[in-house]
Amino acid sequence: MSKYLLNKFLFMVDRDPELVERYRSEPRELVAWWEAECANTVLNCHGGEASTWLRFDEVEREALATHDHVKLFELGAHPFLTLTLFIALFERDNTEPLEYQKSYGARLAHFAMPYPDIAT
Amino acid sequence: MATVVAVIASTHHPFYYRASTATGEDRPPFADEWTSKILAFRETLTRARPDVLVMVGSDHFHQLWLDNMPQFLVGKAPHYDANWYNEEREFGLPRMLLKGQEDLSGHILRAGLDAGFDLAFSNELRIDHSITCPIITLRPEADLPIVPIYTNIFAPPLPQPKRFVQLGAAIREIVESWPSHLRVAVIGTGHLSLELGGPRQFGPHGPDPEFDQRAVEWIANGDLDGCLREVTLDSLHSPGNATHGFMDFMLMMGVAGAGVKADYVDTLDLFHTMEAYFTWYPNGAPAA
Repeated sequence: MSKYLLNKFLFMVDRDPELVERYRSEPRELVAWWEAECANTVLNCHGGEASTWLRFDEVEREALATHDHVKLFELGAHPFLTLTLFIALFERDNTEPLEYQKSYGARLAHFAMPYPDIAT
Repeated sequence: MATVVAVIASTHHPFYYRASTATGEDRPPFADEWTSKILAFRETLTRARPDVLVMVGSDHFHQLWLDNMPQFLVGKAPHYDANWYNEEREFGLPRMLLKGQEDLSGHILRAGLDAGFDLAFSNELRIDHSITCPIITLRPEADLPIVPIYTNIFAPPLPQPKRFVQLGAAIREIVESWPSHLRVAVIGTGHLSLELGGPRQFGPHGPDPEFDQRAVEWIANGDLDGCLREVTLDSLHSPGNATHGFMDFMLMMGVAGAGVKADYVDTLDLFHTMEAYFTWYPNGAPAA
């Protein structure tokens, strides 16, 4: 299990407008592409110096591929990263202000303190 | 030597810019009261007539990332571009360009290292809303040179709360030992109780109004003893999962000094989080 890699996915997709749109429209394809092409990128280093060992496990891959932010929370992905990206994906469908943000919180209502550990 | 003419601590609410500039049907019902409070707060900085702003905030996974995460970082650059694509997208924040005060950055780095704080530095830093929000609220002209200081309140393991207080006290001493005749304001932003990406987010108030009330009293009274007695890295989970941003308020209490009451205190109970605004005048309140 790699909370770091989940966070790296959320971080890298969130900062790229094109990847945000691809993740909204074709999440499973985008996750597969990102894991193959980007997961081992060392930021600020060229491709010849990529890492060799980073990969999702099946649960993580499926959570990302199905936009399952509740599972991401359970897995200890950083809540700020998940929230920011998912607002970018789905706030546009709101029919009233903060509708998505509130429903996002409501779907997490079964979590009691302490929340899943987010330390990486 | 330089003079610290104001110490200012506040929340940083990225929705303020959009709320305060919205008109007609887009303008939220709380915008007028919020704007009125911000204008009064802004006046507390204007009256101090600062030349330079030391700005304490926290990068929200914009430039600083988990492959290379500093605990405390000082910007040292002639300019700072500001705000990021995802802040434009979510909050409507404008792109900004701020001048840097490199001489003071260098002084803080040298003196901070010598005082036992192993400060990281950056010669090319794009700053985010933790620093641009107080620019927008307190100095929208964005005309004064800044020294940005980032703290890690975001990516555990975090420094202990007392370390934030110690760094704040050191920043005060270091700025006052800067061989300059300039007038410096130290401005820092954090959070009261706050939940982001958890079940208690975006409620009608902050997630823990009782914590907020105690926190405002600690800050307003400079009650570092009481605050440090109750606040730990573990305890901050309880008021809300993003409440570790309160440690930036603790840093600013360290800048203001233990037991020193704030000269100006104001709050605004908003949805999602409570806003709070504090100003100290170390040399007495300037004439209006």
